[in-house]
Amino acid sequence: MRDKALLSLVTILASLLAVATVQAQEGTGYSPTDDEVNRIAKQLYCPVCPNTPLDVCETKACQDWRAQIRDQLAGGWTEDQIINYFVDQYGERVLAEPRRSGFTSLVWILPILAVALGVTVAVQVVRGWRRGSPVVAADEPVAELPPETVARLERELRELL
Amino acid sequence: MIADIGLIALVLGLLLSAYATAASAYGGHRNRPLFVESARNAVLGAFGMLTLAVLSLVYSLVTLDFSRAYVADVSSRAMSAFLRATALWGGQAGSILFWAWIMAGFVAVVSLRKWDRDRELMPWVIAVAMGTTTFFVGLSVFVSNPFAKLWLEQGAHELTPAVFRPENAVAYIPEDGQGLNPLLRHFGMIGHPPTTYVGFTGFVIPFAFAMAALITGRSSQDDWIQTTRRWTLLAWVFLSIGLILGGRWAYDVLGWGGFWGWDPVENAMLMPWLTGTAFVHSVMIQEKRGMLKVWNMILIILTYALVIFGTFITRTGLVSSVHAFAKSGLGPAFFLFIGVTFLASMGLLFRRLHTLRADHELQGLLSRESVFLLQNVLFLAITFAVFWGTVFPMISELFTGTRISVGPPYYRKVTGPLFAGLVLLMGMAPVFAWRRQSVRLLIRSLAPPLLLSLLAGGLWAYGHRQHPGSALALWLLSFAILAVLFEFGKGIQARRRSLGEGAVVALSRLLARNRRRYGGSLVHLGVVMIALAFVGDAFFKQETQGPLGQGESLNLAGYSLRYEGLRQYYGSDGRDVLEATTSLYKDGTLLRQLMPRQDYFVVQQQPMTVPGVYGTLGEDVYVLLVGWEEIGLQRATFKMYINPLINWAWLGGALLVLGTVVAAWPSRSATASAGYALRATQPAAAMGQGD
Repeated sequence: MRDKALLSLVTILASLLAVATVQAQEGTGYSPTDDEVNRIAKQLYCPVCPNTPLDVCETKACQDWRAQIRDQLAGGWTEDQIINYFVDQYGERVLAEPRRSGFTSLVWILPILAVALGVTVAVQVVRGWRRGSPVVAADEPVAELPPETVARLERELRELL
Repeated sequence: MIADIGLIALVLGLLLSAYATAASAYGGHRNRPLFVESARNAVLGAFGMLTLAVLSLVYSLVTLDFSRAYVADVSSRAMSAFLRATALWGGQAGSILFWAWIMAGFVAVVSLRKWDRDRELMPWVIAVAMGTTTFFVGLSVFVSNPFAKLWLEQGAHELTPAVFRPENAVAYIPEDGQGLNPLLRHFGMIGHPPTTYVGFTGFVIPFAFAMAALITGRSSQDDWIQTTRRWTLLAWVFLSIGLILGGRWAYDVLGWGGFWGWDPVENAMLMPWLTGTAFVHSVMIQEKRGMLKVWNMILIILTYALVIFGTFITRTGLVSSVHAFAKSGLGPAFFLFIGVTFLASMGLLFRRLHTLRADHELQGLLSRESVFLLQNVLFLAITFAVFWGTVFPMISELFTGTRISVGPPYYRKVTGPLFAGLVLLMGMAPVFAWRRQSVRLLIRSLAPPLLLSLLAGGLWAYGHRQHPGSALALWLLSFAILAVLFEFGKGIQARRRSLGEGAVVALSRLLARNRRRYGGSLVHLGVVMIALAFVGDAFFKQETQGPLGQGESLNLAGYSLRYEGLRQYYGSDGRDVLEATTSLYKDGTLLRQLMPRQDYFVVQQQPMTVPGVYGTLGEDVYVLLVGWEEIGLQRATFKMYINPLINWAWLGGALLVLGTVVAAWPSRSATASAGYALRATQPAAAMGQGD
């Protein structure tokens, strides 16, 4: 029983000491909030699990990575530095938003080209529809209907309703 | 024993499906009614056999026949009988059989209805639809057999699933199964696969009719469009329900505070929905004006290809990497099938291009036809952007060797403006006239909703200066809503004035007499409501996270979350539950106790984050328990989201379903709908049969 108490005391003292050391190492005393960590983690994808943003990933690895971001923030790293660090370590796949340079820029460019192409085709198609409209000239006024026909139409319409 | 009957039935189902495909194609080609008749019987036989296979698989799942690899994989003693039965679509092998079964059911229904109008088309309809069924039954028999047993080979460390005994192997029967992935034990995920498959397979029917029209050369006539209208709507609404249920599931179970994450699997489902939605609209132009025939063919071909692609992606656990793809036997089979069917149908389309000339011409650039065309372009552009984003990681890996991710920011930025354009068109299109729209009339009918929505958007912009994009989005949405409301208002007003009906009677009669138009308007309202949820998510979502000691609070957007305590207990279904008690306050008054949880499924080693939610029409407060002190359970970390307008997504989904039911409800007199068609003649009929 006494051994146990002693052991606990030593453990507690040791951990206090460890905490103190970490505090001393950080020096600045700045401890980033979870929100600051998440703001950066949100821009990153978990390097190991497919298609999971780092800020919501609950695996042990991701928790460690978030802890790493926290340490880096505490160490005075900027957002860009941290993101670049992750890209260097794990490759471009950690970026949630693909880059706009090199081969990857194709992912952005092609949809824009597709829209342009689509609109061009649509305009051509509509032009084609118009070109061959010889039946009724566009401006030809519609002939007036005799009044009795109009009256009948209105009556039938009312019945239909 | 029962499972063996299922296996035999499955193999017979394959033979009958293959025979039905071949016999109906031969009968159609050589004009031999006897073969077609026999093919029809084979369809019914195949459906019967597949039904037997499905039933025996369900029986094996419920009675826990662990000699079968699939049963051992997705069923377990701890699961309720109901859950065991739903495990039919809880894994790959079962899903594929289930898909094939629904498909065969659809073909059976189609082949049982009256053939009179489509006598010429029907053999090819059966051939195409049964060909698709055969492919899936074939996968079920040869690649992913749900009745395969587990074997332990001599000297091997892993079990081999196989239908027949491999050499030197002994049968292995585990004591208990793995059980359904716990994440899937949610009403959303129980309803999501069946509705999705009904949607997916439903679109095969219009595709089969389209192909039949092309093959027979009757594509110059539009009867296939009329025959398949309800099928298309049925497929569309089920696919929509599947999407909504999937979103709801993600929101309740995945624990990341959202309902749509632009994950490849979600995208795979969205793409056929997009082209299908374009198709649903575009066929109206063909029906009423005999135009856009080629577009419609392309749209249904694309939808079909995307349906198969979507099934492939969702069922093989995707293509997260090129390497993973090659490992699964399903991958090559699917890609071959998609490639062959796509090329064949496009080839057929080009051969029959001359039969697809528009019957009518346009008199003005401004017309409903051109608005619909533009809408088609937008839908296709979004589909392409989603497709490109989904496959680009693989393309990048293939060409440069670097894997990249394409996450939500890409999709938001690329598809956001295109969706905004669609909302604008949605508000405008119903007031456009066919053939030609006079600008003066257009301004007159659009002015009131436009001005009112500008006012609403302006007021909003004034109140939320920090989000200029949201003002644009809300202006567009309010415009679309007002346009629909004005349309209803005008209709009601007209009835009241001419017939003296009360407002409620006028509204119900309006709906009843013009089901397609006003049903469509209801669907549009539903879509706007869903779009509201997306706007809330994109612009106004807020989140915060922090560790709390007991009695401490986390504050966000006027809400205060007080941490009361944490308790651990052993829950149902074999899970360890860690549940936090928190109190949610707003302005000092207690709103509700929220109990966010972390469940851990011990056998499957699967954690699950269950949120505590306080929901109102305005916003959800969505609280997650994301971390805790292991010892003493004193401190815990919470994540708190404010999800504005999110509940409008579910309400909008319900309205969307209601609207589709209204639009698709059979009308009492077919003549009334025929009278609505603007096309006085069938000019194509005079041209004779194709070539």
